[in-house]
Amino acid sequence: MRTGRSIHIRGLVQGVGFRPFVWHLARELGLAGWVRNDAAGVHILAEGPDAALDALISRLQAEAPLGARVDQISTRVEPATGHGDFRIVDSGGGAVQTVIGPDTATCGDCLRELFDPADRRWRHPFITCTHCGPRYSLTRRLPYDRAHTSMAGFALCADCTREYTDPADRRFHAEPICCPACGPRLGLLDGQGRALAGDPIAVCLERLRAGDIVAIKGLGGFHLACDARNGAAVARLRLRKNREQKPFALMAANAASLVPWAQVDASALALLESPERPVVLLPKGAELEGLAPGLVELGAMLPCTPIQFLLFHEAAGRPAGMDWLRQTQPLLLVMTSANPGGEPLVIDNQEALACLQGIADALLLHDRDILVRCDDSVLRAGRTPAFIRRARGYTPSAIRLPRAGPSVLALGGGLKNTVCLTRGDEAFVSQHLGDQENVASYDFFEQTVAHLLSILEVEPAIVAHDLHPDFHATRYALDFAAQRGIPALAVQHHQAHLAAIAAEHGHEGPLLGLALDGMGLGSDGQAWGGELLLLEVAGFSRLGHLETLPLPGGDRAAREPWRLGAAALHRLGRGDEIPRRFADRPLAPALAALLQQGRHCPETSSLGRVFDAAAALLGVALESNFEGQAAMLLEARAVGHGDAPAWDDAWHITTERKLDLLPLLARLADWTGTSGEAAARFHASLGAALAQWLLGAAQERGLSVVALGGGCLLNRILALNLVDSLENAGLTVLRARQLPPGDGGISLGQAWVARQKMEY
Amino acid sequence: LSQGAGGRAMMQLIGEVFARALGNEYLNQGDDGARLPAPGGRIVIATDAHVVSPLFFPGGDIGCLAVHGTLNDVAVMGATPLYLAASFILEEGFPLADLIRIVDSMATAAREAGVPVVTGDTKVVEAGKADGVFITTTGVGSLREDVDLSGAHARPGDGVLLSGPIGDHGMAIMSLREGLAFDAPIVSDTAALHGLVKTLLDAVPTIRCLRDPTRGGLASTLNEISRQSGVGMVIEEAAIPVRPAVAAACELLGLDPLNVACEGRLVVICPPEQEAAALAALSAHPLGREAALVGRVQADPACFVQMRTRFGGRRHVDWLSGEQLPRIC
Ligand SMILES: [Fe+3]
Ligand SMILES: [Mg+2]
Ligand SMILES: [Zn+2]
Ligand SMILES: [Zn+2]
Repeated sequence: MRTGRSIHIRGLVQGVGFRPFVWHLARELGLAGWVRNDAAGVHILAEGPDAALDALISRLQAEAPLGARVDQISTRVEPATGHGDFRIVDSGGGAVQTVIGPDTATCGDCLRELFDPADRRWRHPFITCTHCGPRYSLTRRLPYDRAHTSMAGFALCADCTREYTDPADRRFHAEPICCPACGPRLGLLDGQGRALAGDPIAVCLERLRAGDIVAIKGLGGFHLACDARNGAAVARLRLRKNREQKPFALMAANAASLVPWAQVDASALALLESPERPVVLLPKGAELEGLAPGLVELGAMLPCTPIQFLLFHEAAGRPAGMDWLRQTQPLLLVMTSANPGGEPLVIDNQEALACLQGIADALLLHDRDILVRCDDSVLRAGRTPAFIRRARGYTPSAIRLPRAGPSVLALGGGLKNTVCLTRGDEAFVSQHLGDQENVASYDFFEQTVAHLLSILEVEPAIVAHDLHPDFHATRYALDFAAQRGIPALAVQHHQAHLAAIAAEHGHEGPLLGLALDGMGLGSDGQAWGGELLLLEVAGFSRLGHLETLPLPGGDRAAREPWRLGAAALHRLGRGDEIPRRFADRPLAPALAALLQQGRHCPETSSLGRVFDAAAALLGVALESNFEGQAAMLLEARAVGHGDAPAWDDAWHITTERKLDLLPLLARLADWTGTSGEAAARFHASLGAALAQWLLGAAQERGLSVVALGGGCLLNRILALNLVDSLENAGLTVLRARQLPPGDGGISLGQAWVARQKMEY
Repeated sequence: LSQGAGGRAMMQLIGEVFARALGNEYLNQGDDGARLPAPGGRIVIATDAHVVSPLFFPGGDIGCLAVHGTLNDVAVMGATPLYLAASFILEEGFPLADLIRIVDSMATAAREAGVPVVTGDTKVVEAGKADGVFITTTGVGSLREDVDLSGAHARPGDGVLLSGPIGDHGMAIMSLREGLAFDAPIVSDTAALHGLVKTLLDAVPTIRCLRDPTRGGLASTLNEISRQSGVGMVIEEAAIPVRPAVAAACELLGLDPLNVACEGRLVVICPPEQEAAALAALSAHPLGREAALVGRVQADPACFVQMRTRFGGRRHVDWLSGEQLPRIC
């Protein structure tokens, strides 16, 4: 018999081709009725035989389009009212498209057209459909439709209009669609902004092959590209970008072309080819000169935008069809963010011309504006993929919280910042915002807060921020709260690290965990960073911490690992060795004296600084060119050596549950073998020590679930070591999955703590 | 020094020390206060308590510092300092020889500045209740009717000038305190600035604002002016003079020279068309030989002070809420 169903679907179901998908499905099943977007997601009214209705409901979930995420389907039986056919109904009545999707890579269907000489979009640099292309980065505000995107100025031609309005077409209501007749224009400029003649893609490739550095406009910002096989070009890029050692990402046509430069296993392949197209850290193979000096991993990504695909297509000789894309292609490009001197990523054409003067020899750009800056995301593949940076492809996708609650705005910390705004049971964590000391990054932070508030249309009930009074985000938070008359809550940095993990895993009870980190301000005003914490509802207790080391010269020490090496020697009672061991440091004798007096030497329990001390004592790194470099170099040495046993006498746990690693540092200070073996034994010992420390506390408290958070978890050996030991001991280990374990996740943790505070 | 029995004799002794070094016609009146001729124009009064450890440092001591500090507060108002009053808090047990040295230094500074100490007071407190000696000085000056300098007068486009290298005083103190040894010791810049101010104002009467960047250094001073005037500023890292020894000491201790105190430097906010004249006037004076244009005022409702770094990036110049807390994550 014929009945009706009212079906509400929640999740990421707008702007991803969900309505045409429903339309096709309903037609196939012979159902009548309509589908439309509403404030909560997608609403379907379907009429027909019960069996067909049941089939519709089960297939909605199972066959949902690429890029969609169905969180919840609720249905209600309705009497049939005799609809004749099935239609897509306009949202109408002010009902807005409530979600903007993330930017995704050009899909397979679009690629087939892109490389089909008979297709009207053959070699069209802006090809896109409902399933792929730019979303977040070109949307000014809600509702998500063309008028509110940077495609607003490009009127659809007759052909495109037909596709846009035909529910059966795969470009039905694909907001950014266009074609060579009606779309934006690609152009190639020289470094002075003069147009270069010829086909932009072809000439751009020529320039790259000649060793030039070209700025290429991507989805969330400009990249700087050069020929990755040309060591001189890579060196020139480093020099011009003033980036001595920080690794560059590599782009290849496909995974096959990454051989022999990197090892791609199944999990890495899945990430590389995912629509989010992140940079994936892969075990390095043969060395590409200058890309990731001294490290064991190489960041690689596959083409994401039609423009990037077209460069590889050009290099392959403009073949027709898709076969070439499965074959090994020799072109390899360095693709690094165009962010001169630590500034935010460049997104604007004029800005690119001005800021990249003297850096880029040419610029490949177009007149479709990037409205929202979004860096490349960076992940590490493996047994458990982990975010290093979460941005393009992932924002603004929400992280699901265990339940709904008041809206919270959390403003994060200082470096590698993100902000987070919650709405109902969803937490929207912004893209990577960079170091808030930088003026332009801070502007970006302010814009992002405003943008999130506007696209999510919520009024926060509380503002959360870091304890540190001098973070710009903290000051912003206090001003914001005062202006709106809402409370502000300071959340300790490491509590936030672990709370972020609790939030994404929906873990609501007490949670024991280790926050292994660079540095964050502690509740006692000291510099924390190696913390054994017990999280309870909206609060925490510090059960233990690493035995502290002095930081001679405060923050300066974090950039100069040799100072930590000196600090360790001093703590070992071997301060007299400092001038000799660091003989090439003119300040070494003065630093030894400073340590002796204990002036300008705040104490820190940071594990990151223990890595610095170890790297310095082994002579692996005396200075840090970028955050975490010393630890990365040390990890690379350990990987190079392979497995090694722990020194089981290299630590002890005090009666106050402090973990003392000084004996481990003494071992390193006395080491006479290879740095690789010492680095491997250091990692093994550290893993064993931390596991024992946490395990002891877990057993004492009778807890079986533990969390591991903080930037040090980016160290793969340490993370795997720790997780293995803890799991072997029968514990369930929670780690950051949907966000980076480091400071990119702080804002979510702050939001979660504030939510709990509001509720209890 | 002692406070208990024989206190009267002690106070008499102290009185003699002061009278001998600082004596002048007003101080010698010997009454509870000083009777002074009324100056013309408006009167400017500034007062400052001076505590410094160590009391003696390369380039000066707490005595001359107490004179310079207060004179400079009067001078940056655009006023001519005329008189000083001083009050001393001495800790029981403080060596008389040190007191004599400090008072003599104060006398020399006052004489060189041409500003007499006209009245004063001394108390001795129990050991442990003070750190050697504290000196509070009050300065009186006269201000011409047509001079109106204020931190609230900075306008977008104005130049930000600095009379010389920053951080000398703070790092002189700190190097001594931390026992840092450098090839050449860092010498405090402590100096009386009213002569320099007079030269500057004679050449450029339209100066908007003068400040001496003492506690909190250049960073605090610029932030204060920005807030008061409701403007922002951009300064150029490469243009800010810092002596190599100061830079090295800052590097060792992990301090930013922008946050380190000066005691003889002038920050000048000046209309753009007068920049060259102001710079020339400063440079012509012995205390302004290394003067430089270091930045510019700009419109900014958030009142941020920014610095363009040597690498071309821009960073916020902080106004710290207290001591510098470690912040690197
Ligand atoms: Fe952290
Ligand atoms: Mg003062
Ligand atoms: Zn597509
Ligand atoms: Zn078209």
